[in-house]
Order: sequence, then C-alpha cells, then structure tokens
Amino acid sequence: MEKTTNQRAWFLVLPVLALVAFSAVIPLMTVVNYSVQDTFGNNQFFWVGLEWFEMMLADDRMWDALRRQVIFSAIILAIEVPLGVLIALHMPKRGVWVSVCLVLMSLPLLIPWNVVGTIWQIFGRVDIGLLGHTLAALGVDYNYTQDPLDAWVTLIVMDVWHWTSLVALLAYAGLKSIPDAYYQAARIGQASRWAVFRYIELPKMTGVLMIAILLRFMDSFMIYTEPFVVTGGGPGNATTFLSIDLVKMALGQFDLGPAAAFSIMYFLVILLVSWVFYTVMTNLDSQGGR
Amino acid sequence: MAWMAWTWPTAIFFLVIASLLITFSVLAIKFPETPRRGILRIETTRGDRLFITLLGSAFINLAWLGLVGAYQPYALIVCLLYAAAVFRWV
Repeated sequence: MEKTTNQRAWFLVLPVLALVAFSAVIPLMTVVNYSVQDTFGNNQFFWVGLEWFEMMLADDRMWDALRRQVIFSAIILAIEVPLGVLIALHMPKRGVWVSVCLVLMSLPLLIPWNVVGTIWQIFGRVDIGLLGHTLAALGVDYNYTQDPLDAWVTLIVMDVWHWTSLVALLAYAGLKSIPDAYYQAARIGQASRWAVFRYIELPKMTGVLMIAILLRFMDSFMIYTEPFVVTGGGPGNATTFLSIDLVKMALGQFDLGPAAAFSIMYFLVILLVSWVFYTVMTNLDSQGGR
Repeated sequence: MAWMAWTWPTAIFFLVIASLLITFSVLAIKFPETPRRGILRIETTRGDRLFITLLGSAFINLAWLGLVGAYQPYALIVCLLYAAAVFRWV
C-alpha cells in the first residue's frame, strides 16, 4: 500500500507551540531586549548596544562561576554514572526484591530540591546535625559554612545522594532489555564477567546512559536550589555556580542589562551542549541501536 | 508590548531569524531532501545546517566581541564564510 503524505497532523502541535511561546520564547526575547539596554527602573530603557556583553566577557566573575560550574558538573558525572551502573548491575533481576529495590531507589528522586537542600543543611550542621556532629565527635574538622572544601564535598555528596538513583534506574532498564540469549552465548564461550560487561551490557546500555548523562549534565549545569539552601553560594564565592551568580546579579543587584547578557551566554552554552548530546544520541539510534 | 522593552535592532534581529525559519520550512516542504553525511559524520538536513550556522554564528560573534572588540560587521563576514562552509561541507 502506498503511503500518502499528510502534514495536517502538525496542527496538533499548535497548543504546545502556544505554551512554549508564552513560557519560553517571549521571555527569551525580552531578555535579549534587556541585554542591549540599561534601565534605572520605572520601565525606562536606554540603548547601550553590546556594552554589557563586552563587560561580561571581560569580567572574571562570570568566568569564575563558569569554571566552578564545569568542575561541579564534571565531578558529579564522574561519580554518579559509574556508581549508578554499578548499583544497576547488582540490583536483583527477578523476585520480590525487585519492587523493594525500585521503590527504595526512587525515593530520593521524589523529594523536592529545596527539601533536599534543607535536609543536608541541617544534616551537616556541627551543632545539631547528625553528620556534622558525628564528624566533630570523631575529631574531623568539618564545617561547610566556613571551609570551601567542606562546602564542595557536602554539595557533591548531596547531589550524588539525590540523583545517582536516576542513573541506576535508567541503567537497570537498559540491562533488563538484554535478551537472555546473549548471556547464554557468553556462558557457552566462557566469557569472563568483565567481558560480559564490556561487550554485552555496556554496548546495550549506551543509549540509556547517554540520556542519563544528558539529564544529569543539564540538571547539574542549571543547579540552583540545593546550593542556595545549603551554602548560599558561600563561603565567600566558593560555591557560587552560574545560576546562583545570575540570580544575585539580576534580582539581588537588579542589574538587568549585564544579567541579561549573562543569561544569553549561559543559554547558548546549554543549547550547544544539548545539541551535541542529542546529535550523538540520534546517531547512535540510526546506527541500529548499537 | 512596552514591558518587553523592544528596540528596532532587536526587532530586526528576531524578524531575520523568523524569516529564515519560515523560508527553510517552506523550502523543506516544497523541495524535500534526503539527509546527507558531511565532515561531522552526522546526518544533516538543510534545517540542521541552518541551526548549526545560527548557533555557531552566535559563538563567533561573542568570541569576536571578547577577543577583537565591538566591530561586529567584520564578525558577520566571518559568520557568512562559516555559513557557506557549513552548507557546503557539513
């Protein structure tokens, strides 16, 4: 039977288009408009051209926040992805424990960001928090409000606690989709455990792992709530990531112009990285779901 | 619309992008094409190449602004060369 081409189904996308226009496109246009103007309030704007972009590009403040952000995202990806895969490999494949594991694993994912922040903010306090108090009792000099390294460790452990489950669940789904025949073949060939992982499990998980990496990268690159609640960007500027710096600039100092220029550059970086991940993912699919 | 703080240059900027999108959509409907593989070893259509061009041009402009200074017409020349290269080889 010959297929007919009919593009009318595209009209069904119209509601989404309208929604995205109001929630993303129009605000983004406004940000672009702000980025080339200065304002002293009262909705009065003055044309300044590309000055804000020039200023922000020459400013160490944005580059420092970007550097911290990249390091943070790299560290949490380097921990969460291998750890998630390891957990998925050791989760039971059948039996009653499957449901128990799945429920336990998804619990941290259900907790809102600000609650996670509050939990860790209290958990890490030296005076009343379980973690902080225990460490102090053991003689460890730990104080996330004063020591930059402690603040970083707290934020990283918190993120790992919150989000490793996501990677583990995705990897688990990938593992479950591998037919038994592959494992039987490996047993016949007397393949080692490592060979099974390297040549069967890992290739079959590539697709879901790419999604996991993309999701974790995007989320960690935009992270705001948890560090804001736990450290507030401190001590000093030690944990001031991009979005925290942006909010300080836009809402704290009300510097709409520089903050708009900052947002646009931030947006472009996210757009670029998302496109790269998306392209890699779709190309993996087109190569026969390797 | 006053709250959006429109200026003529930004309005023209968005009009150009919107007209590019419309032009390429019309082209894609009138003259359908098969995706091809270029130097990036990924399948691209005209629309993909337009996206790569626009995103790359944004970074070229920013790099020019940061490294050379605010002489954007020259940056636009680089962007046009980049666009030609993308449409020819990617």
